[in-house]
Amino acid sequence: MTSVITVPPSLDDFTFEQVVEQLAAVPPDAKVIVDARHTRWASPFGLTALLTLGQTRTERPSFTAPDNEETSSYWARTGFFRHAEELFDLHGSVPKARGGESTVLLEITPVTKSEDVHEVVGRIQQKAQQILSKELNIDAKATVGFAMTLSEVCQNIVEHAGRGGWVAVQTYTWRKRLGRRVVVIAVCDAGCGFRQSLESAPGRVRSDRWDDAEALEEAVVRGVSRFRDPGRGQGLAGVRRYVGRWDGKVSVRSGTARIAIVPSWDDDVPLHEKLAPFPGSQVQVTIPERVSGGPR
Amino acid sequence: MMIHIDVSSVLRQTVSCELYSNLVTRPTGAAVRTQIEALLADSRERSLTVIDFSHVGMIDFSCADEVIAKLLLRYANAERGDREAYFLFRGVTDDHWDAIETVLERHGLALVLETDDGAKVVGSVDDGERVVWEKVLELGRTGPADLASALGTREAECEAVLDTLHRRRLVMRTDEGYIAVGGLGVRHD
Repeated sequence: MTSVITVPPSLDDFTFEQVVEQLAAVPPDAKVIVDARHTRWASPFGLTALLTLGQTRTERPSFTAPDNEETSSYWARTGFFRHAEELFDLHGSVPKARGGESTVLLEITPVTKSEDVHEVVGRIQQKAQQILSKELNIDAKATVGFAMTLSEVCQNIVEHAGRGGWVAVQTYTWRKRLGRRVVVIAVCDAGCGFRQSLESAPGRVRSDRWDDAEALEEAVVRGVSRFRDPGRGQGLAGVRRYVGRWDGKVSVRSGTARIAIVPSWDDDVPLHEKLAPFPGSQVQVTIPERVSGGPR
Repeated sequence: MMIHIDVSSVLRQTVSCELYSNLVTRPTGAAVRTQIEALLADSRERSLTVIDFSHVGMIDFSCADEVIAKLLLRYANAERGDREAYFLFRGVTDDHWDAIETVLERHGLALVLETDDGAKVVGSVDDGERVVWEKVLELGRTGPADLASALGTREAECEAVLDTLHRRRLVMRTDEGYIAVGGLGVRHD
């Protein structure tokens, strides 16, 4: 039996939960059709998360591209279809990617090994300084921190996921919640996730409450790593500091939980528990345009 | 014995790509540190190594932990009686500093930076250590008695702090007295 998973009209880190909830009722080896015909917009998180969805299926899934030409064309420019065709049987009108897109700071890029992170950081530096300072009014000095943040979140895949994932970086105007331009990093994988990664630490004692939510709190808030090396866990701590300095937001979904460091401009809750399960880890970092008087 | 290590050259040899100038990822950091350690393997019982970041674009936290923290943790330790390895860091800019400062704090480490204004000690040092280190740098070569006189404090206190700074490889102990890393005779271009 084939199940149809409907992609919402606007796909971001929140609405992706609708996709996960539909998937929760479907066995991993069942055939699914991911139907994005009516989708008009997707954030970098949405696109990279869709690719990880493709990775999670035992039976090769189908994917129906958006009917809207503009949407489909944009997704092509982000590199989505190029990667999706390796994971899905594609249906509908799939345009060829043409030229670069100015708001795509980094098109969807696979991350499986250390060299991929070098490649990603090298490519982002060329554009990031201009975008951050001219479009987001952020000090050019923030570019290095941005590249470090990107590097550290990508490294989570290399170091912990156990399988490859994707990264994308994009700027856009976030009218709905913020009314300002933002730059967004999305890094998604379908690997082992935070709980399983921490459980692999030798001699680890689990608390009574041990679950995905506590694993996220340990890793993201307390900087705990599966490695005993005291130098470990600095990456995510550094990401949190950078995000805090620029009034940004970081959210991490893993398993059945999602944790967020929430800035004052957002009304997200810090911890979502008992979500529908989804493999791996999905990270989003959002840095907003700086308004005068904002943090430096 | 003085050694100069251009970190960007080591990086390029490590990642096998001429285009990469960024010190990112833990495996890269570990590989770069291993290369540096190989270069240090031939050094004699006392060596000063200039670790030159001038041509490094940026460094992330993981790489800083592998390259800098682990290097200092291994060598900046007086218990290793066989060899005294001292490090002077050159070409460190604001682009590198955030990651370096973070790992120094995390491990309670300190190092000596060569800057346009001269050498300075950075990282986890208390006020007493900093005052003594700066005075040793100013005096060039000194001992506890001269230092105590210069600082207007007791010789025993100075001796204790000098011993700590030596153990942390922030000052060199010679037969003629103590020299701050980055002080006398160690500035080379």
